[in-house]
Amino acid sequence: MVDSEPVFIAGAYEHPTREAPDKSTMQLHAEVARGALADAGLAKDDVDGYFTAGMPWYERGLTPLIMADYLGLDVSHAGTTDWGGSSYVGHVGHAADAIREGRCDVALITLAGRPRSGKNAGGDEFHTYQDAFEVTYGATTLSKYAVAAQRHMHEYGTTREQLAEIRVAASHHAQYNEHALFRDPVTVEDVVESRPVADPLHLLDCCVVTDGGGALLVVSEDVRAELERDCVEVLGYGEAIGHREGGRIDLTHTAARESGPRAFEDAGIGPDDVDYASIYDSFTITVLQTLEDLGFCEKGEGGSFVEGGTLQAPDGDLPFNTDGGGLCSNHPGNRGGMTKVIEAVRQLRGEANDEVQVDADVAIAHGTGGSLGTRHGSITAVLGREDR
Amino acid sequence: MIDAWEPRPVPTVTPETEPFWSAAADGRFLVRECPDCGLVYHYPSALCPDCFADAEWREATGAATVYSFAIHRHLEFWPDDDLPAVFAYVELEEGPRVITNVVGCPAEDVEVGMAVDARFVPTATDDVAVPVFVPADD
Ligand SMILES: [Zn+2]
Repeated sequence: MVDSEPVFIAGAYEHPTREAPDKSTMQLHAEVARGALADAGLAKDDVDGYFTAGMPWYERGLTPLIMADYLGLDVSHAGTTDWGGSSYVGHVGHAADAIREGRCDVALITLAGRPRSGKNAGGDEFHTYQDAFEVTYGATTLSKYAVAAQRHMHEYGTTREQLAEIRVAASHHAQYNEHALFRDPVTVEDVVESRPVADPLHLLDCCVVTDGGGALLVVSEDVRAELERDCVEVLGYGEAIGHREGGRIDLTHTAARESGPRAFEDAGIGPDDVDYASIYDSFTITVLQTLEDLGFCEKGEGGSFVEGGTLQAPDGDLPFNTDGGGLCSNHPGNRGGMTKVIEAVRQLRGEANDEVQVDADVAIAHGTGGSLGTRHGSITAVLGREDR
Repeated sequence: MIDAWEPRPVPTVTPETEPFWSAAADGRFLVRECPDCGLVYHYPSALCPDCFADAEWREATGAATVYSFAIHRHLEFWPDDDLPAVFAYVELEEGPRVITNVVGCPAEDVEVGMAVDARFVPTATDDVAVPVFVPADD
């Protein structure tokens, strides 16, 4: 850290309680956050970075989303690396790195737990709101995306046929991918007439369920210089969390409207410069809303934008998911962000399948984790060919 | 019959949310209101999600309109007799959009914008009921 910008701890707060039978663990997180802000003389709105750890196993995968939702945070950076009890020391270091990189200016770190008054002593009795206020009513990944589709259709007149165009384009690409789970091209009619699973979403509006995985290596300039292999440059990155906002949720938007501009600003380019787009496609509606929010078309015009083969490689205006995407090819571990980056790298290296190879200097890989209907994380990466 | 699924399973109640569920058992839908910034919100977190002030409880009228919905045709953990089930967001008269079920009418009759009113379905526990919404009387 020699010669790097200095970073400081401005607030610290230890909760006075030692036994809290009348509070929830989530509430304790909020109370310590309030205490640290008061100690520093900062306001809640000043917080733009968040770190925590220690969620029970069944919530761990969604930690930053659940906590930002509960605490009402609007952050441009979050971290939840969990090294057990030492996590919060690590978070200080990670927060300092993020601040030096300009990802955030005020990073909040919270810890809370109730092993003393929790039902099983030593256990981490920890209840978020999801069970009681969502699963009680039949909340599933499906229904939480279906309500987003329903509202978008209501507000903007988006049709099921327009959503189907997204699946049609993906299936057109998948036919050339020998590893794709579904390789047969489908028509708009096939999608619209597939069986309803959570109206207005039907079976072919949904991604596949597959086993598998993927990996990436990110290296320094010094390492790259030693390699024979074509590399892809990481030009920009942006993240944002969308949540219920205490009951003011807007189901027609995703947090891509914040992560996109952050990533494009980082890269010094705009949506018009993008030659190829990997867009998270858990459902057709996920793609449609993301295209709007990243600025490829106006809000509400995603439906007409995707008509007429816009997304189909190699000739469409914005070729997307040329491996067949999550809709037709692969969604390993129910987490599609990895394959989004991998196909963008293939495109920039000129290693996509011949029939769908695009002349691409700049690509994006965009991920949407969680659910549009409650809380989700939007992450946008801008990638470029090294010799562009 | 409002809801074929009765009694409903008892939801997870925490010290923070207990007043919400017991009010429901009493036939009242509680929201939170912030004494500092005035935000009326749901779910009922103890601290205001906008400003971290200690929030107060307020009784909502139970009147709402459907903001969006989805229809479950199959759902593993739902009784077959109560399918299709309507998973919905309704917007309370007081403002917050709330996840719930719309019951008491065929799923095909539910529309975005329709007026609904709160009803309370018993659980196996006397002091906990589950709020749902039914089409409002014209
Ligand atoms: Zn407030």
